[in-house]
Amino acid sequence: MRLLRLIPDDTSFPFMKFRPFAFGLSALISMATIVGFLTIGLNIGIDFKGGTLVELQAKQGHANIGELRTRLQGANVGDVQLQEFGGPNLVMVRYGEQPGGEPGQQAALRRVRALIDADYEVRRTEVVGPTVSSELVQMSVIGVILSILAVLIYLWFRFEWQFAVAAMIATLHDVTAIMAFYIFTQADFDITSIASVLTIIGYSLNDTVVVFDRIREMMRKHKKLPVAELLDVAINSTLSRTTITATTTFLALLGLFFFGGEVIQGFTASMLVGVIVGTYSSIFMAAPILIYLGLRQGGFGTARAEAEDGEGATAKAKA
Amino acid sequence: MLSFTRWKATLILVAVFATMMLAAPNIMPQSWVDKLPRAMRTHMTLGLDLQGGVHLMLQVDSDEVRRSMLENLRDDVRRVLRDNRLQVQNLGFQGNSVVVRLREGQNADLALTELRKIPQLIGGAFSTSGQYDFDVSRQGDSFVVAATEAGIRDKVSRAVTQSIEVVRRRIDQLGTTEPVIQRQGIDRILLQVPGERDPQRLKTIIGQTAKLEFRMVDQSVTAEQALSGRPPADSVILYEEVKEGNRVVQQVPYVIQRRVIVSGEELVDAQAAFNAQQAEWVVNFRFNSSGGRKFAQATTENVNRPFAIILDNKVVSAPVIREPILGGSGQISGRFTAESSANLALLLRAGALPAPLTVVEERTVGASLGQDSITSGTRAAIIGSIFVLIYIFATYGLFGLFANIAVIVNVVMMFGLLSLIGATLTLPGIAGIVLTVGMAVDSNVLIFERIREEVRSGRSVIASIDGGFTKAMGTIMDANITQLITCVILFYLGTGPVKGFALTLGLGIITTMFTAITFTRYLVVIWLRLFKPARVPM
Repeated sequence: MRLLRLIPDDTSFPFMKFRPFAFGLSALISMATIVGFLTIGLNIGIDFKGGTLVELQAKQGHANIGELRTRLQGANVGDVQLQEFGGPNLVMVRYGEQPGGEPGQQAALRRVRALIDADYEVRRTEVVGPTVSSELVQMSVIGVILSILAVLIYLWFRFEWQFAVAAMIATLHDVTAIMAFYIFTQADFDITSIASVLTIIGYSLNDTVVVFDRIREMMRKHKKLPVAELLDVAINSTLSRTTITATTTFLALLGLFFFGGEVIQGFTASMLVGVIVGTYSSIFMAAPILIYLGLRQGGFGTARAEAEDGEGATAKAKA
Repeated sequence: MLSFTRWKATLILVAVFATMMLAAPNIMPQSWVDKLPRAMRTHMTLGLDLQGGVHLMLQVDSDEVRRSMLENLRDDVRRVLRDNRLQVQNLGFQGNSVVVRLREGQNADLALTELRKIPQLIGGAFSTSGQYDFDVSRQGDSFVVAATEAGIRDKVSRAVTQSIEVVRRRIDQLGTTEPVIQRQGIDRILLQVPGERDPQRLKTIIGQTAKLEFRMVDQSVTAEQALSGRPPADSVILYEEVKEGNRVVQQVPYVIQRRVIVSGEELVDAQAAFNAQQAEWVVNFRFNSSGGRKFAQATTENVNRPFAIILDNKVVSAPVIREPILGGSGQISGRFTAESSANLALLLRAGALPAPLTVVEERTVGASLGQDSITSGTRAAIIGSIFVLIYIFATYGLFGLFANIAVIVNVVMMFGLLSLIGATLTLPGIAGIVLTVGMAVDSNVLIFERIREEVRSGRSVIASIDGGFTKAMGTIMDANITQLITCVILFYLGTGPVKGFALTLGLGIITTMFTAITFTRYLVVIWLRLFKPARVPM
């Protein structure tokens, strides 16, 4: 049986030669994200800004969005967004936070329901009040920062500080790229988006760590090799694994994206992008940054110890 | 690395078999499950997004708790001073304290001694904190009795505990199955009612404080006089709302005495009934013995005078007492419908909330959407997994088959462990499982790629395989632990569905380490022993 090989054995692609392009591209994406964030902005979901979401199903035939829009003006809830959601008989109704604190939100929902109950079945409602939404924002920001820091500390202990910093920069790059996805597709940015951002952080770090592990191993084996070459060897030897894992994860997500239903489509879409970005950043961001952080040339602990005293280095490597 | 002692092999198989048993009840027909011993009926619960239902985050109005704490304090201060015949110049609130000023020539030392008897140790006689709920200080002729931070926190906390009890009793009355009622943070209550179709009814029932009071109508002034001037010191103006449908069309003022004759706490039963004479819906109630006595005494003393039935500071009705009511039971009427009388009866049976609850977050999912989500979630999971299995088999052949068996065992183990802890399966949770399938093979991929490298460098079959497993180990650990860290953080910070996602993903990472490192290796070892291959087939 002939086995499938996406990446041939013994590749020797000069990844490090491309690092000016890679950094240029990443800088461009980051710039675009910042500009996009300031001009277009995120389409922030009700989890973070408060408000109400109601999913409706027409009891008979197709939903008439135009007629529904006119009808809902009577509810007096301000600007109402209506959109078809997964089928011609399904409509998603969204409106912002209402005056009057928490009871105000409840009263508004009652008014809306009274107007549509006759012709539409309510499939789902979500009302997030002002107190909860501000807490969710706080919690999400803390979550993202905390997980980056925790991983940073873990990597610092397991590797050297250069690796931790490089991984962190690559992770921030991934977060930026995901933000770009949310900004330019205008997909709802809500609490599940945070879950997808954190999953991508986890995935990307997983990928980065595998490459880093190999770099460390190579450094012990080939002490004389220039850093750029060494990184290329390490990346090439893990390239097959990187693509296979990226492919399996991507395939699993594709299944979810096409067959998992509307409710989690945005969630899986951002993760599909995240898998690509995470894989790219491990190779083209995390590894090259190590060069700039003065790996080996300027006081990388293990390397220097090895040069001076082979015994001590082996002991350290084992520990 | 490549030898398995007998007990280790047994342990692996036992672990796999045990988790299979734990996962089994999820897919068995209910009639089989019923035959199992109780301890083996492990299963996952479907989250609200899958089975439909209502999720409400309720917040206890802590301002109201504080306000009523201070009002009670004022009454206590007044009572203490009156009992000691100390005359008060004025008595009022200031921030979180009650300030009282005595008339000149009063015994200030006595007042201080007596007021110092008001503060109580928080947590009662067995308190470990040694903190008091109030703090008494003297400033010249004035005394300040201030609620302490700890005291207020304790009151709010107790109000939440009490509210949970009342909410539970009310929900139980609705006869729904397996509601979740949990305290969240300092002043919140999470209420999840699976299968509930009518969030509005739920909110109506939860949203009412249901504080019932029987008080006399003050006839010394008319409502009009009271409105234009001021009501007498020991009375207040309360309104009766006349409704048409859900709209309040008229508000009728009453002057009501502050003193409460009997309150809802002394009710033992309440039932909705139809009064055929008046042709209207009413609520019949019965007092406990002390409530009955108080009511009998009050109605005997006040024949031909009106009293008011007050619910949450609104007058329900104000009937005139025709004759003493001695039997300890009575009837509340007041323009009820069949539904509203049933609701009121339910609320009275379940008792009053110590403070109002507000809905700060609401998420409801209809049963049809839930069913759709189960269908599409399952379909997506199966299709996604099949993609992965085919790809892995195509890439690694026989070893791919080993990895695929390990992935399937992995999923079974995940289901087993999720069932064991009785976890809730949500739609993002299903996504987490699918994602695990995609990422679970990573550990095997790491191992297999290493084996291939070893083969290329010219090692023997055994040495390559052994080297592959050994060398990939460190990487697998580092890679999985970093990912586990983000999962743990997501789990602690996330709510509802997100928590479910983090849980499945995290658990998946842990089981992956077992299946990839141990179980696959076990399969490979068996294959080596049986076939003694001359080369590695990949």
